[in-house]
Amino acid sequence: MTQDGDLLHVVTADNISVARRRAGQALIWGSAGIMALVALSQVLQTTGTRDFGFETWRPTLYAYAFWSACLCAGQVITRGEQGKRVLFVLPAALFVLSMVVFPLIFGLGIAFSSWNLSSPDGRQFNGLDNIRQMWADPFYWNALRNMVWYVLAILPEYAVAFGLALLLNAQIRARKFFRVAFLMPLMLSPVAVSWMVGKSMMEVRFGPLARLARALGWDNPSFFGSPEIARATIMLMDAWTFIPFMMIMILAGLQAIPKELQEAARVDGASAWRSFWEVTFPLMLPVSITAILIRVIFKLKLADIIINVTSGGPGGATDSVTSFIFREYRDRSNVGYGTLLAMVYLVIIVIAMTVLMKLADRWMRPRY
Amino acid sequence: MSAQIFHDGEADLSHSVKWWTGRVLIYGVLILWAVICLFPIYWTATTSFKMAPDVMQGNMVPFVDYTPKWLGWKSLGLSPDTIWTESTVREEFLRRFWNSTVTALAASALAVALGSCAAYGLSRFSYRFGFMRNSDISFFFLSQLILPPVVLALPFLVLYKALGLLDTRIGPILLYTLTVLPIVIWIMRDQFAGIPTELEEAALVDGLSIWGAFLTIVMPIALPGMVAAFILSLVLTWNEYFFAALLTSTNAKTLPVMVASQTGSQGISWWSMAALSFAAILPLIVIGVVLERYIIKGMAAGAVK
Repeated sequence: MTQDGDLLHVVTADNISVARRRAGQALIWGSAGIMALVALSQVLQTTGTRDFGFETWRPTLYAYAFWSACLCAGQVITRGEQGKRVLFVLPAALFVLSMVVFPLIFGLGIAFSSWNLSSPDGRQFNGLDNIRQMWADPFYWNALRNMVWYVLAILPEYAVAFGLALLLNAQIRARKFFRVAFLMPLMLSPVAVSWMVGKSMMEVRFGPLARLARALGWDNPSFFGSPEIARATIMLMDAWTFIPFMMIMILAGLQAIPKELQEAARVDGASAWRSFWEVTFPLMLPVSITAILIRVIFKLKLADIIINVTSGGPGGATDSVTSFIFREYRDRSNVGYGTLLAMVYLVIIVIAMTVLMKLADRWMRPRY
Repeated sequence: MSAQIFHDGEADLSHSVKWWTGRVLIYGVLILWAVICLFPIYWTATTSFKMAPDVMQGNMVPFVDYTPKWLGWKSLGLSPDTIWTESTVREEFLRRFWNSTVTALAASALAVALGSCAAYGLSRFSYRFGFMRNSDISFFFLSQLILPPVVLALPFLVLYKALGLLDTRIGPILLYTLTVLPIVIWIMRDQFAGIPTELEEAALVDGLSIWGAFLTIVMPIALPGMVAAFILSLVLTWNEYFFAALLTSTNAKTLPVMVASQTGSQGISWWSMAALSFAAILPLIVIGVVLERYIIKGMAAGAVK
């Protein structure tokens, strides 16, 4: 992420008159003033001091959107050519800032309060109660432990994906057919998959997978009966959907390796096995690590399949953090506690990902 | 024809045997995995034409094991004899389908528009927003990928409630744009980095403004990348379930939420669930088959530098 390569260097002669600059600044500050005014009147409305006839907070949203537009326009007016360049990044930056940073700050406020959306009392600040509750909540820790298992399941997934990518990269016929076929699971919606595979194919009596298992000698196949098997089944279903993703990234990496290297290895008398481990695999290390990191990020969001197939059961054995918080909200509609759990999860993720990325950075550096 | 004079040596024959076993092994594994990938789709498609006895007997092949019936599609109002009649289920289904389509298309389009501009700016100019330089801004955008949806879900639930955006299409559209934006920026940055800056320099010398150069010169060249980013976002947003389940209820409910709400209630009437699931995944199967090239291009963008 430290690419500052080929930049466009253009010298522009901007002479912006004082009046124009003033007009631009007036636009920005004026719209900001309007926004502040609208927000203030809404606050007064909610506290009940004045009635302006607002039903929702939407006018503030509109005022915010107006201010953002004015800010963008103001950049061009006050700074000319430089402003036009800023205009490329500013909308996206504003969008992300308002959609992430503001809700996060707001969420921090919610996290330390008890707020049942269906009760009329509204939000009540309760200090550290949520943290104490979390500390004593075995199901949350259980969900976190499950996440570790789910993330570890990426390694076998990676091995399978690598194998498939090698096969697709070999001299084969009907490559396009196989590529499309292998890509299919990724296209399907996890919700549909959870019915198709989890609820019908794995159905104990009539599902084809249960029949197959019986034919193979598993007398009483139940894919969600015991905690370990249920977790493994969820892992398998998730792997089924996401193996194509890693496979395609690895395939792209394999195709970028110059053929000469493998040919040189063969001329030097290396067996296929050794040329894989000593030429292909080390060359693929950066791509592999990128693929695994992205896969970890997606894995940490795992929820849809769990919510729809097992809803966490049996006894929370398959719960991911996301599905646990989802149920926590669904069952008790307690926004405060759920938000705190999510915030703690975020902190853990950020720390873990930073460590992982630092480690990955070290591994990625080629050793000669 | 005379007798063969030259024979393969003993060593070469064994080589050929080895080659053949290798071929058989490769194709065996490939076909096995293709079956693993495609069987659930086949299963869903065929089950939607089954009746109760067929399900219980585990019949697999239509026309051989059982005669296909329109039962599943009839319950969805999409079979030949019900398609011209009134059907509340079909209306419901089409409404959800339309919601999904609008939400996915709008979010992807918005993300591609915002993301391409940002990626272009970051690959061409050096910025300073306070302490943030280009690489910091890039990292800021890409780091949004790490943010798990749960963290945003509940605050957004409360915010949208206050803003009156619950159960509207705008709400999910904005959130989906946010979730796919890092991916779009990732792909597009790669794309723009491959386009030489001389092109814009020439265009600027010829009197185009920087936005003119971007829109008329660079964008057409980067179009394949934009299509790839768009398709990838489309797949992700179409399939999104978590936010949709929390933030939409009666009006703006999307197709995955409808499928999920049906799974519990239907019991063993697999044919109608199969029809519903199959109808929900069909658009993406079509996209996957037709536009496979772009999807692979999009996903491969980050892999090879």
